[in-house]
Amino acid sequence: MLDLTYQPPKPKVIAGAKYDWELVIGMEVHAQVSSEAKLFSGASTKFGAEPNSNVSFVDAAMPGMLPVINEFCVEQAVRTGLGLKAQINLKSAFDRKNYFYPDLPQGYQISQLYEPIVGEGEVLVDMEPGIARLVRIERIHMEQDAGKSIHDMDPHMSFVDLNRTGVALMEIVSRPDIRGPEEAAAYVTKLRQILRYLGTCDGNMQNGNLRADVNVSVCRPGQYEKYQETQDFSHLGTRCEIKNMNSMRFIQAAIEYEARRQIAIVEAGGTVDQETRLYDPDKNETRSMRSKEEAHDYRYFPDPDLLPLEIEQAWVDDIAASLPELPDEKKARFMGDFGLSEYDANVLTAETDSAAYFEAAAQGRDGKTVANWVINELFGRLNRDDTAITDSPMSPAQLGGVVDLVASDTINGKMAKDLFEIVYTEGGDPAQVAEAKGMKQVTDTGAIEAAVDEVIAANPAQVEKARENPKLAGWFVGQVMKATGGKANPKVVNQLIAQKLKD
Amino acid sequence: MSDLNKMTIAAARDALRAGEVTSAELTEACLTAIDGADALGAFVHKTPEIAMERAKAADARLQGREEAPAMCGIPVGIKDLFCTKGVASQAASRILEGFRPEYESTVSQNLADAGAVMLGKLNMDEFAMGSSNETSVYGNAVNPWRAGNSDAGLTPGGSSGGSASAVAADLCLAATGTDTGGSIRQPAAFTGITGIKPTYGRCSRWGIVAFASSLDQAGPMTKDVRDAAIMLQAMCSHDPKDSTSADLPVPDFEAALTGDIKGKTIGIPREYRMDGMPDEIETLWAQGTEMLRDAGAKIVDISLPHTKYALPAYYVIAPAEASSNLARYDGVRYGRRAALSQGDGITEMYEKTRAEGFGAEVQRRVMIGTYVLSAGFYDAYYNRARKVRTLIKKDFEDVFAQGVDAILTPATPSAAFELGKTFDDPVQMYLNDVFTVTVNLAGLPGISVPAGLDAQGLPLGLQLIGRPWEEGDLLNTAYALEQAAGFVAKPAKWW
Repeated sequence: MLDLTYQPPKPKVIAGAKYDWELVIGMEVHAQVSSEAKLFSGASTKFGAEPNSNVSFVDAAMPGMLPVINEFCVEQAVRTGLGLKAQINLKSAFDRKNYFYPDLPQGYQISQLYEPIVGEGEVLVDMEPGIARLVRIERIHMEQDAGKSIHDMDPHMSFVDLNRTGVALMEIVSRPDIRGPEEAAAYVTKLRQILRYLGTCDGNMQNGNLRADVNVSVCRPGQYEKYQETQDFSHLGTRCEIKNMNSMRFIQAAIEYEARRQIAIVEAGGTVDQETRLYDPDKNETRSMRSKEEAHDYRYFPDPDLLPLEIEQAWVDDIAASLPELPDEKKARFMGDFGLSEYDANVLTAETDSAAYFEAAAQGRDGKTVANWVINELFGRLNRDDTAITDSPMSPAQLGGVVDLVASDTINGKMAKDLFEIVYTEGGDPAQVAEAKGMKQVTDTGAIEAAVDEVIAANPAQVEKARENPKLAGWFVGQVMKATGGKANPKVVNQLIAQKLKD
Repeated sequence: MSDLNKMTIAAARDALRAGEVTSAELTEACLTAIDGADALGAFVHKTPEIAMERAKAADARLQGREEAPAMCGIPVGIKDLFCTKGVASQAASRILEGFRPEYESTVSQNLADAGAVMLGKLNMDEFAMGSSNETSVYGNAVNPWRAGNSDAGLTPGGSSGGSASAVAADLCLAATGTDTGGSIRQPAAFTGITGIKPTYGRCSRWGIVAFASSLDQAGPMTKDVRDAAIMLQAMCSHDPKDSTSADLPVPDFEAALTGDIKGKTIGIPREYRMDGMPDEIETLWAQGTEMLRDAGAKIVDISLPHTKYALPAYYVIAPAEASSNLARYDGVRYGRRAALSQGDGITEMYEKTRAEGFGAEVQRRVMIGTYVLSAGFYDAYYNRARKVRTLIKKDFEDVFAQGVDAILTPATPSAAFELGKTFDDPVQMYLNDVFTVTVNLAGLPGISVPAGLDAQGLPLGLQLIGRPWEEGDLLNTAYALEQAAGFVAKPAKWW
């Protein structure tokens, strides 16, 4: 396997009125565990059910109800930790985070503050070929999601839907290693890719199954390096947390806005207040949600209803052994085994389904050629039809068949594209279709020579010009191809024309 | 057969199995006694229809069956803290007014499965917070015992005051209780009955309204030790719905009652000899010690050095957990919601609902608990209390490791006191738990056994503390003490 090395990207620099500024960003990504049942109750997690239909007595916090941990969710958290090359803590514990809100029936969220199940890990965030940021993961903990409050259904009342209450979340906390809006979006993209590879979260941001809180601060160039040396946050600016974003575009826009807001404050001689803010995509601005003084005192303490969670190394080992090949490894293998460029490898490994398609099609063929066909032809065609690769009407074997016909000089490149379209829309075995449709390339020199002679004889004036200027030979090639219905082997045509014009 | 309601579980069981009495007759006798005892304030929700229905079902089950479960057909009362399906279950709190659960607590279900007959719900301190039953929204229960010639009403103790009063006054054959800091053992001692708090994890907490989750434990309150063994057996089970429930087999507790404690080692902890302890308590403790010695046990002086820190630690940990456990009573989904004014929002709804729904003692503990968990105080209070708890647990582990089988202490620092006298002095009230809270903090089994009367003719109890999961052994030691003490006094009926 290839051992890839990367250079870190340059941090984004924003020019203020007086100085240049850099950004420092840390993220808390909430990923909903792909599970049938909730974290501490047997209720279903199905999205889009009737309001308050997926609610057990435990979720509704009826008197005397008790939480019981869902082992499957624990397994997914461990799997995720392993996928992020993180420390798995064999002993972890659940704590209560206390606050009042109507969509939080217990009056507390069960989370893991003091002893999370997953410790330090890392994510390699690809920016462009040869450039990637290594973002350190501080921890991953499990916690319950809250329900949903609906304030716009009635002028006097609010309504509560508890379907999401108690659904398992993994909170993935990064170190402040992200240095710009694009990196932030790329970080979430990479995390999402890994989670989808692992199957522990579907990554559906639209449904809120993957959401991010972003901590943003600004500092003068050079300060961040001091922080990295000492891990002392006093070298950095005061941070603000932008809550609950579920779109890559909003994440970038919010960071950009927030950084400029902070720069303006500091350059005007003010200080940034540490606070929680919300991003308003309609106005493209962040607004204060609550200040540090108004911040809740969550009164975290160990949940006495749950014993510490103890798992065995052997179980962790079993999960580790069952991990799929992850994006970084797959990419390196595609580059090494198939000779792909990093760019092509990135594109093909973005989703496991496209990687699997490519691998099946590339088996026993030239990887680069197949990659070109998949990326340029197939993806474009699927995109036009708004079709997922798993629903592709053209199988890897069919695509491979087209590639084979080109490789064996049976059809030429232009014909291959026509054949691709026919097989894509009508199906069939490419070789048979090419045969039936008479698309096979003419390599019979005699037939081509006759066509060439005919064209030369019919265009004496052009022949004169071309003899003076050999660049005009291309015109003859076009005429011959036209005369042969596009089936002539272009190589042979070129050779013959060059030779005849010389004569 | 007359006075059926005065029977013990064991006697009733034998009579039921022999066909000498029916559960319907037993149940009717209890229902009549209950109807004549409103002055005791013990039963707060009577369920005569359910009782008679279950009695008839039990009789059908007993028909021709020698080996029906021991609790089959036995009429019992259920503390209001247990959720009982379709029956008001409001933890003696205004905030759960009108709440009728759609589910049955595991313990009360276990009893029902064994054929026990529920007579109704029993009074208690609000959310089990109190030592006198005076914090109940229903008004206090009253102790059937009276001091000397006085007519003054005495507390039955708390929080399981209604259970204690009902059993002592023969309104039922037995009752369930719960014990977070002494709420089974103190009322049992105040009313001359037996009450055992099993090892933490023996009884499922599922469906019992939570006060302090790491301390709460259900147990039986009965007329004697044998009944405690029989009823505890039926209440215990491993419950997958409670993560703190122990996955251990439940031994035959009654079979352990041989009365033979020869060779057992009983520890007498010197730290339980408190300043200002009444002479009568001291004397009773000494007498109990002699009784066990006479029964063949070896008596040793022991030290539990962190005892003095137990009460303060308890009054940090229990309120901390309670402040969180009671957050769910917010008026949003069930129970009482305060009437709101024009323009009131969610904050006003919380504030008004909780201000009028919770009584003063509950509010006090919610505030203490919120304070000790808050930023800046967490380490000084809650974390320190947790460390104390670990040390207290270790104190017990050390003496058990030295070969001590059980520990004998007074159950309470006094006999039952007058209602209304201590109510406004929370610290004095909290001192009632001084001998019992250590057991909850350490998760151990503890039993209170009536052992004598004071000069006023009021019952006094002794407490035995056992090794974890060895309730059988503990019950047997209690049985030997009971035999030796020969406590047979009953309160004179005035109600």
